[in-house]
Amino acid sequence: MSTVKTFFNGIVKENPVLVLLLGMCPTLGVTSSAENGLGMGLAATAVLVGSNAAISAFKNLIPDKVRIPCFIVIIASFVTIIDMVMAAGLPEIHAKLGLFIPLIVVNCIILGRAEAFAAKNGVLLSVIDGIGMGIGFTAALVTLGSIRELIGNGSVFGARLLPENAKTILIFIMPPGAFLALGYLIAGVNKIKTRVAGE
Amino acid sequence: MRKKIPSTFINMCAVLTGISLSASFLLGLAYTKTQDAIERVKNEKIITAVREVLPEFDNDPLAEKYTNAAWPLFEFYPAKKNGQPAGTAVRSYSPDGFSGNIWIIAGFLPDGTIFNVKLTEHGETPGLGSKSGEMPFIGQFINKHPGHFILKVKKDGGSVDAVTAATISSRAFCDALSRAYSALNK
Repeated sequence: MSTVKTFFNGIVKENPVLVLLLGMCPTLGVTSSAENGLGMGLAATAVLVGSNAAISAFKNLIPDKVRIPCFIVIIASFVTIIDMVMAAGLPEIHAKLGLFIPLIVVNCIILGRAEAFAAKNGVLLSVIDGIGMGIGFTAALVTLGSIRELIGNGSVFGARLLPENAKTILIFIMPPGAFLALGYLIAGVNKIKTRVAGE
Repeated sequence: MRKKIPSTFINMCAVLTGISLSASFLLGLAYTKTQDAIERVKNEKIITAVREVLPEFDNDPLAEKYTNAAWPLFEFYPAKKNGQPAGTAVRSYSPDGFSGNIWIIAGFLPDGTIFNVKLTEHGETPGLGSKSGEMPFIGQFINKHPGHFILKVKKDGGSVDAVTAATISSRAFCDALSRAYSALNK
């Protein structure tokens, strides 16, 4: 795949959350606000780019039979380092994301792309795939987070958009609302895709 | 063939060991570089909360922090001004929150009066139980003495006005606060 095509693949055609349906756990868990979604998206992107690069660089040195344990050690190391860096440098967002940062290790997007792409392609292409998938992931999270924050709290990124006493639907900030909002979002994206494909 | 290295026993062991050793080294490196900042952030958070719940002081309550074996996990931060005790901040919790533990920091003057309270960690419902950390609920504790101001919600025979539709969170908050008072005075 060309570099440009690889890049946009992760954002639209094979968006990890809205098309591949990977990484559901953090998607549902941290999108109670747009800012949290952005933080998680960027952290996961950093891990994805790093692990894709490392795995692609060593793909010829890793024996096939032990590739999964090797991938996991590499991914977990990146996540732990990012976790420590965030705890030291970005304490507020680190506290808000909490347990979901270590959970990036088992985010299927990361292992999925390592296995499906980084293990079979060059370093540059793998990095671009990581960036593209990361942007797709972050975009989906920010969109979902904004929707949930707007309906459930009347604000987006902390800026109040609805008047102070407007009735908000609190459940959208909680897990059941996450399922509802995500379901409608995926349905909407599918509808747009069919319409675009039909033209 | 995707991989140039065949999956022989020696190769597999060598690569796994090599990757694990490199990872351990890098993680150790990252740890040493970040631990100081992480410790500093943690202490910043505590001292900011202590400053909010106590009157002016000129010592370092963090350095003089103590604990009480009878109250595991509680932390006590004594404050002094000009050598005289100015109050103590108590970090306590209650397990009876609507959604897990509720942690507070409560500042008590030397005579036991509540100077201020701050809700620090909780899992309560946003907009409902979380209001126990905001005015006006929290305002009713300021300058009250637990000797006269019974730290229970009115429904339970106490003096505290619960947050509307958040009785459980309010009860848990009172519980954390009264535990802090008991821990300090017993």
